[in-house]
Amino acid sequence: MIVMSKDTMQIVREQDVVPFRNRVREFSTKIGMSLVNQTKLITAASELVRNMLKYAGGGKVLLEIISKNTQTGVRLTFTDEGPGIADVQQAMRDGFSTGKSLGLGLPGTKRLVNEFDIKSIVGEGTTVTIIHWKNGR
Amino acid sequence: MERIPILKMGPFLLVTIQVDLYDRLALTLENDLISMVSKTGARGVLIDISAVSIVDSFMGRILGNIASMSRIMDAETVVVGMQPAVAITLVELGLTLQGVYTALNVEKGMELLNTKIGLDLAAEEEKDEQEEEAE
Repeated sequence: MIVMSKDTMQIVREQDVVPFRNRVREFSTKIGMSLVNQTKLITAASELVRNMLKYAGGGKVLLEIISKNTQTGVRLTFTDEGPGIADVQQAMRDGFSTGKSLGLGLPGTKRLVNEFDIKSIVGEGTTVTIIHWKNGR
Repeated sequence: MERIPILKMGPFLLVTIQVDLYDRLALTLENDLISMVSKTGARGVLIDISAVSIVDSFMGRILGNIASMSRIMDAETVVVGMQPAVAITLVELGLTLQGVYTALNVEKGMELLNTKIGLDLAAEEEKDEQEEEAE
């Protein structure tokens, strides 16, 4: 896997969400991603960044354009130093929510992107990585 | 503070969202709309989201809230102009906007509101007539 371009953004307040979404749009436009795939990726990114703000009070996101075999895609890594998730499997189940949300967050987000990985350590924080390929597969 | 303008047109309120909504702006809109429904006695709310490129679960919840709150205040809500990519994304995310009426564009949305309210008025008249007959 080759990283072709990267950038980091700090997310500390709600006002950071819109500029962050625009940055994700720039990255996905740069590799020529279709509108539907862009929309899916940005929506997924928006959900994750909201989670980060809500449960961990913010964090940082690494944006990368990556290339693997002949595929090009956007990889986003969300890192926070929040309370962590005790039961990741449970959090990935549809309808589960500890907050006042609809509980669509993680499983819904996973459905929108090609690759989804979550690692969490209670008391240390959570890292979520998503990849969406240019052609959406 | 930045605000989304709400236009009154006959018995309806019209809102065109032309910027990417951040949370506080969306919550302000929700509040403003409900106060306007109460103040003007509007019977319908039409929200045009044709310029909105991202609807996430928060934004979806706001639309749902506006619809439920308006209904309690005796007004129907129609969301119009959703971009196809947004519709695809919403359904995959699992958000189906239950309880929110939708229409393809502003024109069809107005038609829908007119029918909803027209039906209401017809039903009320019928009820009145029945009551008169009963007397």
